[in-house]
Amino acid sequence: MADPLDDFIDAAARALSLPLKEDWKPAVKANLDVTLKYAAFVAEFELPDDAEPAPVFKS
Amino acid sequence: MPNLRPSSSPDSATDMAWSTAAEIAAAVAAGTTTATAVVDQALARVAKLNPILNAFTAVTAARAQSRASAIDSARDKSKLPLAGVPFAVKNLFDVAGIVTTAGSKINRGNASADRDCPLIERLEAAGAILVGALNMGEYAYDFTGENVHDGPSRNPHDRSRMTGGSSGGSGGAVAGGMVPFALGSDTNGSIRVPSSLCGIFGLKPTYGRLTRARTFPFVFSLDHLGPFARSVRDLALTYDAMQGPAEGDAACAERPVEPVTQELDRGTSGLRIATAAGYFRKGAFPEAIEALEGIAKALNVKEKVEFPEAARARAAAYLITATEGAALHLDRLRARPADFDPAVRDRLLAGAMVPSALVVKAQVFRRWYRERILELFEHVDAILAPATPCTAPKIGQTAFVLDGQEVPVRPNLGIYTQPISFIGLPVVAVPVPLKPLPIGVQIIAPPWREDIALRVAHALEQMGIVAASRPTGLEGEKLREHTS
Repeated sequence: MADPLDDFIDAAARALSLPLKEDWKPAVKANLDVTLKYAAFVAEFELPDDAEPAPVFKS
Repeated sequence: MPNLRPSSSPDSATDMAWSTAAEIAAAVAAGTTTATAVVDQALARVAKLNPILNAFTAVTAARAQSRASAIDSARDKSKLPLAGVPFAVKNLFDVAGIVTTAGSKINRGNASADRDCPLIERLEAAGAILVGALNMGEYAYDFTGENVHDGPSRNPHDRSRMTGGSSGGSGGAVAGGMVPFALGSDTNGSIRVPSSLCGIFGLKPTYGRLTRARTFPFVFSLDHLGPFARSVRDLALTYDAMQGPAEGDAACAERPVEPVTQELDRGTSGLRIATAAGYFRKGAFPEAIEALEGIAKALNVKEKVEFPEAARARAAAYLITATEGAALHLDRLRARPADFDPAVRDRLLAGAMVPSALVVKAQVFRRWYRERILELFEHVDAILAPATPCTAPKIGQTAFVLDGQEVPVRPNLGIYTQPISFIGLPVVAVPVPLKPLPIGVQIIAPPWREDIALRVAHALEQMGIVAASRPTGLEGEKLREHTS
C-alpha cells in the first residue's frame, strides 16, 4: 500500500508550485515526517480555546 | 585549571592575539599602542590563519586601516570604550560595499549593501573597527558551521572538528585570536553552540533587545543577535555599545539602554541559582555533565529546577523554524532550488508543506510555556544548563548517540539551547576549559536581566572556573590548505 505521506508530498508540491525532483523526495519526506511528528507532539498538548498565540499584533 | 590569557597590556611590539577588547582599548587610549598597529596585526593574523580556520569570507582591510587612522588622530580616544578594537561580523549583517550573502550562493547575486547595519554603526561609534565578514551555515539553518559553498569553519582547538553553527566563523575567529570579539545570530542556538564548541563566551540577549535592522533574517519569531568574546567584560562592553531601540525594526523593544558593564563586579551574593534537571540531563555526554557540575559546585548551587514541557518546547521551536524559514525562502525555493545547500533546501521544502493549523498550535503553546517559565523565575534568579550535549564533533560527522539512540548531529547539537531561545530568555554561554576540548554551559536569566547572567559569568571567570583557553598548535603553524 502506498504511503499517504508520499501522496501528500506530491500533491503539496503541485498545489504550491514547489519544485521537487525525484531524488530529493526521500530527504524531503524524512524531514516532513520528523516535522509532522514534532507538530503532533505539540498539538496533542491540551490548551483552552482562549489561549492566545505568542505573537500578538498591536496597532 | 584553566589556561588563562596573559595579562600584559598590548603595545606595538607585543602579540595582541589574545588581548581582550578592554585591554586593547585601554592601551590605545593611553597611547601605549595605536589603532593602526592593532588593526595591522589583526589583518596579518587573519591573512595567516584564515587559510587554516576558514573563518572569514571577506576582509575589509582598506576600510579598517582608514578607520584606524581616524581613531589615532581623534582627540577624545579615552571616551571611546572600544577604541581601536578590531571585530568582525557573521556575513548576514549588512556591511557597506559588500554583499550580504548569509552563507548562500543565491544571495551572491544581490547588490552590495549601501550602508552598515545599526549594530556595526553603534560599535564603530564606540571606537571599534570592522575588519571583515565571517563564514556561516547557509541562511543560518545550521548547528555545525559547515557550508557547502564556502567550506567549513574549522575549530581552532582541533582543525578536524566543527566550530558549531550557524555562526561558525564568529566562533573560529574569536577562539583563534583573529579578533577579540565578533557578532553572530542565534535563532535556536547559533551563538551558544559555537561558543560551547570553540570554548569562548557568547551572549544571546533577550528577544527584542538588540536591533536586527539591516541584517538578513531567518525566523522572525526567534532571531536574536549578539556578541562572542574571550572575556565577560568584553561581552558587556560590546553589548552596552549596541543597546537601544532602532527605527524601522518591528521586533526591537522600546527600552532604554540598561548598561551592564558597571554591574559585573557585584558578584553572585543574593542571587538564587539553580541547575536545570530532567530534560537538560537526558542525552548529555559525561563532559557536559562534568562542566555543569563543576560550575554548580563552584557556585555552591544545590537547587534543581525542571523546565516543564521542555521537549515539547524544542519540538515547537523546530516547527516554527521550519515553517517560517520556508515562508522566507518560498520564492527562492521555486526559482533556484538547485542553488541551495541540499540539506537546507530539503528541510525548507518540507517546512513549506506543513499545514498552518499546526504552526498556530506551536505559537499558542509558546505563550503557555513562557508563562510557566516565568513562574520558575519567581523562585530563582538564574538557571544553569548545558550548552551542547558534547564537545566538538568531527567535521562531516553526521550522527551521534544521544540517550542510547543514534540521531543526526546537525539538528541535535541544539537540543539544550532551543527550549531557551524559544521564549527569548537572555543567556550567557561560558566556556569550561576541559581537556582535550572545551565545552560550554548556559547561564539563563529572566527576560531583560542580561545583567544577572553576566554577573554570574564574571564571578565564575574571576574564580578561574571558566575561561577561553588559547588553542595550541596555531602559533607558528605553517600555512597549509585543508580540503573540505
